[in-house]
Amino acid sequence: MQRPESAWAALTMRRYLVSSWPWRSYAYLLSSVPVGVLTIAVLLVSVGVSAVLSPIVVGVLLLTLFPLYGVVIGSVERWRARLVLPSGIASPHAKLPPTMTRRERLKFRRREQASLRSLGYGVLLGTFVWIFSAAFAGMSAAVLVLTVLAPMIATDDEMGMGPWILDTTGEGFLFLFVFGPCFYVVSSYLLGVLAAAEASLAKALLGPREEELRRNVAELRRSRLDLVDAFETERARIERHLHDGVQQRLVGLTMTLGLAELDLPEGESKRLVVKAHGEAEAALADLREAVRGIHPRVLVDLGLEAAVREVADRMPLPVAVQVSLPDRLPAPIEAAAYFFVSETLGNVAKHAGATNCHVQAWVNRDRLVVTVTDDGQGGADPAQGTGLTGLVTRLDALGGTLDLSSPPGGPTRLRMECPCRLDD
Amino acid sequence: MPARRLSIVLAEDSMLLREGLASILDRAGHEVRDAVGDGDALLAVVRKSPPDVVITDVRMPPGHSDEGLRAAAAIRAELPAIGILVLSQYVADAYLSSLLETTTGGIGYLLKDRVGHVTEFLASLDRVAEGGTVVDPEVVRQLLARRRDDGPLAALTPRELEVLALMAEGRVNASIAAELVVSEAAVRKHVGNIFAKLQLEDGLDRRVSAVLTYLRRQA
Repeated sequence: MQRPESAWAALTMRRYLVSSWPWRSYAYLLSSVPVGVLTIAVLLVSVGVSAVLSPIVVGVLLLTLFPLYGVVIGSVERWRARLVLPSGIASPHAKLPPTMTRRERLKFRRREQASLRSLGYGVLLGTFVWIFSAAFAGMSAAVLVLTVLAPMIATDDEMGMGPWILDTTGEGFLFLFVFGPCFYVVSSYLLGVLAAAEASLAKALLGPREEELRRNVAELRRSRLDLVDAFETERARIERHLHDGVQQRLVGLTMTLGLAELDLPEGESKRLVVKAHGEAEAALADLREAVRGIHPRVLVDLGLEAAVREVADRMPLPVAVQVSLPDRLPAPIEAAAYFFVSETLGNVAKHAGATNCHVQAWVNRDRLVVTVTDDGQGGADPAQGTGLTGLVTRLDALGGTLDLSSPPGGPTRLRMECPCRLDD
Repeated sequence: MPARRLSIVLAEDSMLLREGLASILDRAGHEVRDAVGDGDALLAVVRKSPPDVVITDVRMPPGHSDEGLRAAAAIRAELPAIGILVLSQYVADAYLSSLLETTTGGIGYLLKDRVGHVTEFLASLDRVAEGGTVVDPEVVRQLLARRRDDGPLAALTPRELEVLALMAEGRVNASIAAELVVSEAAVRKHVGNIFAKLQLEDGLDRRVSAVLTYLRRQA
């Protein structure tokens, strides 16, 4: 027999009355009593404390923490709702990255709409729902118990049921068999409807809303993009600093040394100046290499294709480059793709034992795809490349992915995919 | 004293390098007519009174992108007689190709380090002033290294590749012969072979750009 997905569906089952559902409804309705009482008590005490403390700012600050009660109420109630909603209620809260501190998390939760909604549900639960549930379920339970016990009670005592007074065991049994089933049927359906209604209310207020889910995801992505952006900006700043400061000074130094060489007669001092000149040039070459690794100028000026070709040119093995992109992509995406290629080619040159390598980049339905394939020995382990780990983080923030296929014996193929626009 | 006293406009945003370059050029007997710090200023002074040669940095204010290159392209389009020597901090042939796309002759692309080799730098300047093409050896090395294994270059012998690289730097046969310590006749033979294998017409001062343009097309 298929399990019903909700209390409403359960009510339509033919075997509803002999299933566990009526009892679940009881449990759900009655268990709302302690939760509701506790909720309203905590809220009232908090409001009271805030009111007392409001002359000093602390009271007002306490009020701002109220949405956090909502978070707690929400999680308890979502758990309790499993009694009548076997599939449960999904959490409306955004999933937060594990890197967030406890403080940041609380702050985020406090501002979430879902927290406020849960708080609202808590107020309903505390002021109205539990009382209503308790009245119906409690009364019904009491009547049911009395009915079941009627033969026993009627034996010793007399028992009034409206105009009907039961005073013998037989009458008790008569009452039980005649009235019991009717009552069970009526009350079970009634309570089932009540429980289903309460669960629906809980689901409406505690469950996720479509647009909210989407917004949360978008917000989170935005904040991670900001991080990537900040990282890029910092790289560019360092690059500019090296370029405009240190590099220029070194060039100036080589010019001065070059001029000095012209003036000096052959001899020890000229030999030293020539040596110094050579060293300054070596430093300049090193610096050029380092600056390029930080933030390649060609990428900024001429785009991904030119930059990828430059990397390919510097490789000790032949690298075929096939890039077909419609136009310039957003800077963080270009940077991620560039560093993917340069990191991967570096690994190929170091570890793969390859004689040929192939870089391809194209756009497929609004996604940028870049692959690097080599004819090396294969068996590459993604866990080993520390450079790749950083790349995965970056790509993740951009909504992209990285795949590695490297069977022993090769070929090795790394593929990155990433949306071409940042806002979808 | 140089073969010819050149009037030069200098565009370089770093004061330090501008001074350094000016003093080198001055010492060599050239006239530094103007020294400016950005691309627009460069275009303005060149339009007002064209010099023999423009020496420009690739990156300049305001965008610190390729303003220098763009100014160079504009000058080339308006006043093709002016020699243009571009100084770059980067070994990036992508800049070179955009420079060579529209033009032949009177063009140089050197790394800034090269300026320190004063004699060579001045010789390059003269070649550019005479309408020749000069490309930094480092950039040429990179261009040639890339295409070792594909296309018609694969047919060249290592020696021929060496000769091609030196040719691409704008050297004449005598200079190549001296560099490789062979006779000029041997160089002529290599050059002939290279042109035959690459199916290029034997040109004189255009051979560098021909070779480089060819190389770019292979990309």
